[in-house]
Amino acid sequence: MDDQDHGSEILGRGAREGGRLFREWFSRLSAAPERGEKTAYVFVMGSLAELLRTFDFHLSFPEINSLQTAVRRVALDYLNLAEDYGYSPDICGYVKADVGMQLRRGEHPMGRIPKPALAVLTNACNTYIKWAEIWERMHGMPTFTLDIPGPRGADRYSQPGDPEFESDRKYVEYQLRELISLCEQVSGKKFDIDRLRETLAHANRMGAAYQRVLDLNRNAPAPFNALSDGTIYLGVANALRGHPDGARYFEELAEEMTYKAAHRIGTLTEEQYRLIFVGVPCYPIFRKFSELFTTRGGVFVTSQYLQFAGGSLDAGFEYDLRRPIESLAEGVLFCQRRSMYGMFFGERELVEMVKTYRADGIVFHAIKSCRTVSTGLADKRRALTERGDMMSLFIESDLVDQRVVSEAQMKNRIDAFFEGLSSRRLRAGGGAT
Amino acid sequence: MDGWQTKTLDEVLTWCRDLVEDTSFPTVRHWREAGGKVLGHFQVYFPEEIADAAGMLPLKLRGAPIERRLADSHFGSYLCSVIRSSLELALSKQVEIDMFVTHPICDAARNLAGIWGRNYSYPCQILYLPQNPNSSYAAQYLRDEYDRLRRVIEEVVGRQATDDRLRESIAVFNRNRRLLRELYAIKRETPWLLPIDEAYVLVALGGFLPREEHNQLLQSVIPRLKARTAKKQDKVRVVFEGGFCEQPPLDLLRLLAQSCYVVDDDLLIGLRWIEQDVPTEGDPLMNLAQAYIENSSYSPVQHDLRKPKEKMLLERLKNSAAEAAIITAAKMCEPGLDEQVAYCKALDAARVPYIVSEFEEGMTGFDNLQLQLETFVENLLFE
Repeated sequence: MDDQDHGSEILGRGAREGGRLFREWFSRLSAAPERGEKTAYVFVMGSLAELLRTFDFHLSFPEINSLQTAVRRVALDYLNLAEDYGYSPDICGYVKADVGMQLRRGEHPMGRIPKPALAVLTNACNTYIKWAEIWERMHGMPTFTLDIPGPRGADRYSQPGDPEFESDRKYVEYQLRELISLCEQVSGKKFDIDRLRETLAHANRMGAAYQRVLDLNRNAPAPFNALSDGTIYLGVANALRGHPDGARYFEELAEEMTYKAAHRIGTLTEEQYRLIFVGVPCYPIFRKFSELFTTRGGVFVTSQYLQFAGGSLDAGFEYDLRRPIESLAEGVLFCQRRSMYGMFFGERELVEMVKTYRADGIVFHAIKSCRTVSTGLADKRRALTERGDMMSLFIESDLVDQRVVSEAQMKNRIDAFFEGLSSRRLRAGGGAT
Repeated sequence: MDGWQTKTLDEVLTWCRDLVEDTSFPTVRHWREAGGKVLGHFQVYFPEEIADAAGMLPLKLRGAPIERRLADSHFGSYLCSVIRSSLELALSKQVEIDMFVTHPICDAARNLAGIWGRNYSYPCQILYLPQNPNSSYAAQYLRDEYDRLRRVIEEVVGRQATDDRLRESIAVFNRNRRLLRELYAIKRETPWLLPIDEAYVLVALGGFLPREEHNQLLQSVIPRLKARTAKKQDKVRVVFEGGFCEQPPLDLLRLLAQSCYVVDDDLLIGLRWIEQDVPTEGDPLMNLAQAYIENSSYSPVQHDLRKPKEKMLLERLKNSAAEAAIITAAKMCEPGLDEQVAYCKALDAARVPYIVSEFEEGMTGFDNLQLQLETFVENLLFE
């Protein structure tokens, strides 16, 4: 096969296959109750897919379900239902979209979400805990909070091998063993450590390939858009973590992106500005939101979202298959702590990211629904601005509630941001990238 | 803190109120001027004994109804007031501290360590109180976490919080907890002697006074409260829920006191979190850790499978012989607003009358609430 044939075969494969895998995963999830199979509700930051798969649980990600209602423009129906039930307009829209869905017995634009047999959550987001309490009350099933002690401060980010890390790891490992007992009870299946080794191995492969994909966007032009394409990748990364199809998908995606980088095929035909996205996408106008940047030649070369919403797959952590449970505890702690650090502290990492990806600016997108991600953004931006070496934009909207999205206002600010980028480049005497 | 000893009870209560409402925190300023160090900890619970044992003044940062001139530019739009006003207190130098600790009580509060740390060079940390208190390893984890915290505090103060000093502090705080329980017993058993706004200021003082001084004050005031001659009125007995973090304005509490007897509440629950004496024998840090997990109250910011919040609320109502509930939440407070729904469903099922409202620490108009409250109370009285 010559290079051209190879290119035509693999270009666009990631998007096509990503969509296919995601739809198939959702169909399997919808059909689980008919087959008498059980579903666990989990979250993207610390799904523990590697462990839950060994008990044959289907995984339902309420965050993904909720964002799908926004992308498919039916979120408001669900939000209204939850607000009529009593939930305030001022709480997380993801939670309310899910509550609406539960009240509609799992009815979802992509299928039907099964009732949970179990919910497993981490404390990477506090709202996860409140959310699971709602299911406890609605469905009466067990929930398990895996408490992951996060970074204590900007300078306290212990690493594997440090005594403090070890102390926290013990706590996480202890809890994992408690979770295994609970899974045995709920699933009726005995824990099989060899199956865990298999899922961990798939996750290792996926993680390595995911990291390669993200790294390939250091090239100019960037082969993919971290906001629009990245969201497809995140869907697969979460849905198929610990599964051979997921690992294969990312290995093939890395192949595609390598090809694009080698042939200087960018996601935009004319890449003008390389941007970093910090926050959570605006799903109610997802395509348009992305176009507000791409039509001005702006491409998101990377994002913090690809880190934390991908369960820190890009962290380069590799499970040690010789001691699966201990290593899973280490990995969960390391990865989720890294995600938390990025959200709560992490301005130094942003500076580093700008250098690594040769970015022209940072877009901070705070959203009403998510205080975890949004509370510190304005201050972080302020700190970076005071350093004086970075162009940035701060905008606000929401991830699911279109009532909070003011498109015209956002466009004005985005236009002004690009004008600033343009004059800065002119002043610097440079042209397009 | 002198001068209150010679005052009448009413004068003492007025003095306490003025002190609680003084957003320049004069007692904290005096402490620092005398060379003392201050540990500012954000709501809800903090093991103050550890700071006390090292000779540091623990200061409960609970926001304040102040104009925000500096803090708002550090935040986005969708946040509760207490997060912003607490930072405003620091940025405007109304309160100066030497260490800051926040907790993962909510997604906004956890972010405070990063925000504070970008603006101050002293240690700004998150204390990860266990969010899986049902794990059999949680107490050991928390004990180790307290030990880590102790080392940071010792570095800031330059003085050791030895186990013996910790035991002494625990004893002082045990005394404080007993006095606060006594205060709440007055409110529960003879609420006409102690309206909610007065009880509130007496508790709130504990958030910024050295505990020995707070103990002295409570020891003097409690017998005098009991000796009051106020007569019982025909008022509805209610529980107030929703004040675990951001605090309602005192005027709002006074309005409640005019209409009903608030016989129990969750105001400043962190100061009353541990419900029994903490043992002074053995490992003091483990004792504190176990008390946090095993002998504690409840709030929307702690998930404990043994303490479903709506069940706990019904117990609070039952234990205080309350006839009704006032279910509030601070504006934009996600845990509080989430919990309101569960509370309302449980109260509906138990056929307990209630009203639902929101508040903000800086609010000044109470007409709507007054109308809501009067209608509610009238309905109950004439039912």
